[in-house]
Amino acid sequence: MPQAAPMLRVENLAVTRGGLPVLEGLGFTLEAGQALVLRGPNGIGKTTLLRTLAGLQPALAGTISMPPETMAYAAHADGLKSTLTVTENLSFWAAVYGTGAIDAALDRMNLRQLADRPAHSLSAGQKRRLGLARLLVTGRPVWVLDEPTVSLDAASVALFAGAVRAHLAQGGAALMATHIDLGLSEATVLDLAPFKARPPELGGIAGSFDEAFA
Amino acid sequence: MIALLTRDLRLAIRAGGGFGLGLAFFLIVVTLVPFGVGPEGGVLARIAPGILWLGALLACLLSLDRIFALDFEDGSLDLLATAPIPLEGVVSVKAVAHWITTGLPLVLAAPVFGVLLHLPQAAYFWLVVSLALGTPALSVLGTFGAALTVGLKRGGLLLSLLVLPLYVPTLIFGAELVRRGANGMDTQVPLLMLAGITAACIAVVPFASAAAIRVNLR
Repeated sequence: MPQAAPMLRVENLAVTRGGLPVLEGLGFTLEAGQALVLRGPNGIGKTTLLRTLAGLQPALAGTISMPPETMAYAAHADGLKSTLTVTENLSFWAAVYGTGAIDAALDRMNLRQLADRPAHSLSAGQKRRLGLARLLVTGRPVWVLDEPTVSLDAASVALFAGAVRAHLAQGGAALMATHIDLGLSEATVLDLAPFKARPPELGGIAGSFDEAFA
Repeated sequence: MIALLTRDLRLAIRAGGGFGLGLAFFLIVVTLVPFGVGPEGGVLARIAPGILWLGALLACLLSLDRIFALDFEDGSLDLLATAPIPLEGVVSVKAVAHWITTGLPLVLAAPVFGVLLHLPQAAYFWLVVSLALGTPALSVLGTFGAALTVGLKRGGLLLSLLVLPLYVPTLIFGAELVRRGANGMDTQVPLLMLAGITAACIAVVPFASAAAIRVNLR
């Protein structure tokens, strides 16, 4: 593994949900070829952290450093258009990211036979697979995934784990919040519980709950 | 950007996309007016420019809440916001798609609807010109209202309240242009004002809309 600058470095990060701090003092790095799994109870701030890293909301404190245009974000929702076919959905994202090739992604996520089906006729698990196939067509090295395995069966979880492993082998990196064991033995686990934000009276950062745009 | 435009147009013509809805609404408004004010040709001819412009404006309003709401609901907006296209570009493309599916059919159909209102012959040309120049501003301003209300449940009414006041300058100069055209008066001033308003909207509003979306996505 070439020793290069980390693909993602987070230092002393504090994130807020609805104006209230949920995590603080968080720091980690993500190297090429590394998978980092975020663990923690519901409400600890996994989704909030991932949204902050994706740039959808500002951090309360701390720094996030990564090279530009390296991250692909996958949220709880798959962002599929139900009246478009699997191919059309995937081709759209391939065009947005300027990659254009969707064949490999269709094969990798076992969607080839569904290619001409409109997305509204897919099952929940099939939609999820299509959502994950979107990551493959982005061509971005850093995957930021929020609960990627929701509604996937065991075989699809294995399929997905294989896709992540192939991505890591190509020098990519993945950061995911998940509750189940993916079978990725090489993944590092980061427990978020120790970074839970303290109340302001115990020295935590004061939130901005009264801010109009919180 | 082209991919986003073709996707939005494709979505509009697929089932439930709402293509043609605005046009049908426009037709109904224009047909209802003679029933309301009576079939007297002279009265209709005088109010026709204003009615046609009001109808176009309301028809435009009808589909505004779909611009971002659908993408917000299925999560696409989050993904588009993290995609390599700047959000300002997304907003602009969405405005173009909205104009093609709503404004452009109105421009093309307006002369036909003008017949229903006894629009004077000289005014047809100016009706098409004024709508062609004015409706892009309606779509672009609409993205701002849609961006402000994205994520609100049943934000459609609030959207109308926010957007309609912004439509006032376009309405004034658009209807005035047609009225002057109908009476054979000088049309240069309203024409330039209308074009200027549209140009300013296109230049400024996408930035405001993108900022509003960023705030709403937090």
